[in-house]
This record gives sequence, C-alpha cells and structure tokens, in this order.
Amino acid sequence: MSILVDKHTKVITQGITGSTGLFHTKGALDYGTQMVGGVTPGKGGTNVDITLENGSTVSLPVFNTVVEAKEKTGATASVIYVPPAFAADSIMEAVDADLDLVICITEGIPVLDMVKVARYMEGKKTVLIGPNCPGVITPGECKIGIMPGYIHKPGYVGVVSRSGTLTYEAVHQLSTRGIGQSSAVGIGGDPVKGSEFIDILKMFNEDPDTRAVIMIGEIGGTAEEEAAEWIQANMTKPVVGFIGGATAPPGKRMGHAGAIISGGKGTAAEKIAKLESCGVKVAPTPSEMGSTLVEVLEERGLLSECTTH
Amino acid sequence: MNIHEYQGKQLLKQYGVAVPEGKVAFTVEEAVEAAQSLGSPVCVVKAQIHAGGRGKAGGVKVAKSVDEVRTYAQELLGKVLVTHQTGPEGKEIKRLLIEEGCDIQKEYYIGVVIDRATGKVVIMASEEGGTEIEEVAEKTPEKIFREAVDPAVGLQAFQARKLAYAINIPTKLVNKAAQFMLSLYKAFVEKDCSIAEINPLVVTGDGQVMALDAKLNFDSNALFRHPEILELRDLEEEDEKEIEASKFDLSYIALDGNIGCMVNGAGLAMATMDIIKYYGGEPANFLDVGGGATTEKVTEAFKIILSDPNVKGIFINIFGGIMRCDVIANGVVEAAKQIGLDRPLVVRLEGTNVDLGKQILAESGLNIVAADSMADGAQKIVALV
Repeated sequence: MSILVDKHTKVITQGITGSTGLFHTKGALDYGTQMVGGVTPGKGGTNVDITLENGSTVSLPVFNTVVEAKEKTGATASVIYVPPAFAADSIMEAVDADLDLVICITEGIPVLDMVKVARYMEGKKTVLIGPNCPGVITPGECKIGIMPGYIHKPGYVGVVSRSGTLTYEAVHQLSTRGIGQSSAVGIGGDPVKGSEFIDILKMFNEDPDTRAVIMIGEIGGTAEEEAAEWIQANMTKPVVGFIGGATAPPGKRMGHAGAIISGGKGTAAEKIAKLESCGVKVAPTPSEMGSTLVEVLEERGLLSECTTH
Repeated sequence: MNIHEYQGKQLLKQYGVAVPEGKVAFTVEEAVEAAQSLGSPVCVVKAQIHAGGRGKAGGVKVAKSVDEVRTYAQELLGKVLVTHQTGPEGKEIKRLLIEEGCDIQKEYYIGVVIDRATGKVVIMASEEGGTEIEEVAEKTPEKIFREAVDPAVGLQAFQARKLAYAINIPTKLVNKAAQFMLSLYKAFVEKDCSIAEINPLVVTGDGQVMALDAKLNFDSNALFRHPEILELRDLEEEDEKEIEASKFDLSYIALDGNIGCMVNGAGLAMATMDIIKYYGGEPANFLDVGGGATTEKVTEAFKIILSDPNVKGIFINIFGGIMRCDVIANGVVEAAKQIGLDRPLVVRLEGTNVDLGKQILAESGLNIVAADSMADGAQKIVALV
C-alpha cells in the first residue's frame, strides 16, 4: 500500500511535447510508471516516441484536451510541466476533467493565479499536489515528478515536504540506513498550493503500510503549526520533523516564494517549539533527519519492521 | 519586488485612490521647484528608500516654507538613513518626495495581503493607524478587522463598508473609505501585488480619505505580465551581487557571515545555512543554483560568491538528482581554474553519478576538501575559515 499513487495509476503529462515534459515523461517510464499519453493543445492526433534506457521504444498518444486524453487512455492522474504563465489554466483543465490527482511541477506561477485555482477547486474531487514541487513517488511502483528515482526504496516510512532537495536528502538518509519509504510527497514551496501537510498526514495516517512519517517544513506561513496540532489530536503514528530556515533573515524571500518571514511570524523557532510541544521530535540539523527517525522508531519498537533492506 | 512610496502613490492614483499632491526630487533644486509648484503653505519632505520606519529615523520633515524645504532637502539628500528595517549599515537617500501637507484628523490602517491559510486575498483594517500592524496584532488583536475576498466576484462594497464601520470612520466618510478600499483592491489584483499597505490612511479636516503612505510589493512571479511595474525597479536599492545573480537566474541573497554557500534547491540551501550556523559558522549568502545548473551557471555563482570580500571560505553542497554530480564537478573545476581559487573550498556531493563527480574533483589538482555529509562538510568549512 501507499498513498496517492501506485503501480495501477495511469498518468498523462500536460505539456508532454516540451523539453522538460518529455525528459521527465521518459524518466517516469524508465521507472516503470504507467504513462499513457499526454496533452499539448494543437498537437492532438500525433504521437511522441520515447526511447527508454533499456532500448525499447514507447509511443504515447498526444491529445488537444485533458478530457479527451482521459476518455481515450483511462488516465486518473496528470502531471503538469507547462510554463508558469499557462500552468494555472492547465490545473483547472485537469480539475474540470475530474481526474483524481493532479501534480503540478511548474515553478513560478503568479500567486493570484493560484488564488483563482484554489477557488475553482472548491467542491471538486481532484487532489492537487504542488505547484512548485518535485512530485510524488511510491518506490518501486510509480514515480510522477522530477525526483531521482533510484534513491528511493520500498518500505514503511512516509515523507512529506515543502522542499524538493531536502526530500531527497531525507530519503537518502533513510535508504542508506536500510529504511524504505511507503510514499514521498513534495507539497511544494509556494504560499498558495493544492495540498497542505495535514491533507497528506491524514492519508499516511490511514495507510496501513505507513508506520511513521518524516515531515519537512520551512520558514513562512503557519502550516507546520497547524499540522503539529492536528498530529497531536489525530495521528496514531510517530512523526519526526525538520524545519529549514532557522538562520534566514526576516523579510527576505529565500528562493521559495513561500519561504519568507513576515512581521515576526513564520520563524523556524516558533515552528520547532510548536512541533516539539505537540510530541513531534525535530531533527536538530538536516544531517540528522534519518538518525532522528531511527531513534524514534527504536523507542516505539518499530525499527525492525521498518528496516526493509 | 519593491517600489518607492512616490511610485506607489502614482500607481494608486491611476486607480482613483486619493493621495496627497506630490513630486519626486533627485536634487535640492528639484525639491525647491516641487515645493513652489505645489503652492502649499506646508510641505512634507520624505526620504524615499525601500525600508519602513523612515519617520522615526528622521527621514520625514515638515517644512513651513520653501526655504525650509531647501534646508531639509540639503540635509536629507545623500544622508545615510538607518531605520529598524535597513540594518545597521542604513541606506543612502537619493530621492525625496515633496508633498503637500494636509490637515490630519485621524489615522487608520488598511492592508491587503494574501492569506496562505485560506488561499484568498484578505483586507485588514484597524483604527490604530501610524503604528506597525505587527505591534497592533500583538498588543490589541481585537482592533484588527479582516475581510476575505472571494476571487470569483472580488471585493464587495458591503465588505468595505463593514470594515469602515468597524474601524469607526466618521459616518459621513464611510462611503469614501469604502471606495478607497475597492480601488485599492482593484490595483492589488490588476498589478499582481503581494502586499499593499496604507499606513496611515487619514481622514482630513476637509473631509477627504487619503493614503498618506503607500507600501506596495509585487509578486516577482507575475512581473512577466507587468513590464510597466518592472520599469519602476530601482537597482540602486538592491544588493549588487543579488542583481548580478538574477541575470543568471540564480537565487542569491547576501548575508553578513564569511562562509560562501553554493547549493542546489531552495530548501537545501536554507538548511545548509542552518547547519553552518549550528556548527558555529556564519553563512555569507543564500545561493540556490537551481535544478538545471550548467557549467556556466556554476562559474557565475562562483564569481559572485568570491566577489564578496567577507567570504573566507566556500561550502558547496549538492544533492544531484536530475542534475548530475559530474556536471557540477566539472563546473566547479572549470570555475576554479578561470577565477583562481584563493580560499578554502569544501565540497559535498551526493546523488546521481556521485563517484564520477568525486573522481573529477580529486583528479583536478585543485585544493578541494571533500566531505561525506552535510554535517561533515559544515564542520570542515567552519574549521577552515
């Protein structure tokens, strides 16, 4: 088991004929993801031929609209690699087509576009991950996004993060300690986004094959504080945290549009204090995310069942 | 992106937001001419820098004659103003706003922000104008009123009136205040602002509702559709190294320490600063080379880091995902050869093609200290500077 995606998930790429879309569609196919087609308005009716690492060639159909792609391929999920100016429109098109899951990798979408998207999604069934995120992976089954697949190992620890490379860092620290992952989800670094920590924590809590979770937050906003309260009230599984940006100066945007301390709010110190007070052990440095989780797994007697390889 | 107060007021005026008459002046003569043309018995001389707290720091002067305008302009232009937002080094005043004085009856606060929790634009209003809203939020949170805007219909007049009544705008001026908020919201949305703060909003003796100050920030992700806003950018207000970095699509922020950092990914870059500090060092910068770094980008990043005289050593921390470690290693070697590496360099590589990357560095003949983990690298660079 896993959350969001597994070996049965059929995926289309929005923006498949662009260089980024094509590159990562190939990466997903190499990993074994069921990529079934793509969408690029104006290129419907054509095919893209992708030569995989193992030498075989896959020919994917391209459609003009997401609705058509869904009808013809049976896809339930899409991944978006279209440029920022058009990405919000692509998300809404996927939501309109009633897909179960939309993962938007695109970085740099105007915030007010995302405000409209958030409003448009009210009452719709589609789950949005991102934007400005690395994507979602269920190791050994399905990789949707830009993460390096090979560092992940199948297992029982869930990872959820606002940062791409810090997710890789955490996953790597787990895998090198013999601890596999159920799913790893990058929710993205933007201030207005699809899924928040709590949405993903709920899924991990309900997933029988997730035994513990690493949650990686950063400065800006109060999503980590809200997650901490939710964990204390609802989470039956241990959660270990890390918060990036303890040394960031106030008022400066640290790369991610969402990573800014404003008016003394959103500091790492506040977030760490809140997490600790809600029973979430926080790794003191980014080098210790894996070892902190191991400590907690040992305390709870979960280490042997989480050691997968 | 930030703009100056006078630019913000000009922009708001286009949307029908009432602002005092004013003119920008780059020289004392221009300041005097501006005061003469305004013809107001009282003029306000306001330092234009990209930082708040100007009034308290002595950057805002009330002049009762054109001669006084001249005196204040002479005093302020070229002066380094230190406010609680500029940092101890302060900012040199290069522009002044000369504005007509007005008969202030009472000051209020209006702010427009994007609320992450709801994903909506929120208008905040308070009767406590003139003080920082953070202070009001801490001491008297009950005095801040909020209205969330449904983006499908925009700010409605009833919402604006609700706020105006809540903050006790005089009854006969409520409609003017509501109109003010509607115009401000329109400007916010149409120009892709990230913050629009009017502090203070004032009501005057002659029954006007005006923005006495205006702080507008813009969403840098949306500047591609606002060339007119991009023209307002004042490069002199920004760090030279940050400007240089932005030309190469590098995300760079200057800091006060002595350890230069080069990292891929914003989260990892922040975490790298944290771990340097954890082991007793001080980062000199935040630098995210991004996912698709090329040899050229790495070289430029290197140049920018080395151009900072405070940098006594460099820590490169790369987790190669899509970006391969051998590409980074080649970039580092190339850059070091081009520029001449005269300071300690610690490199931590992990991820795709890591062994090849390490081999390239080891065989380069350069004085590079290899690190096995972030913690190892941070400790090594802290020990070397």
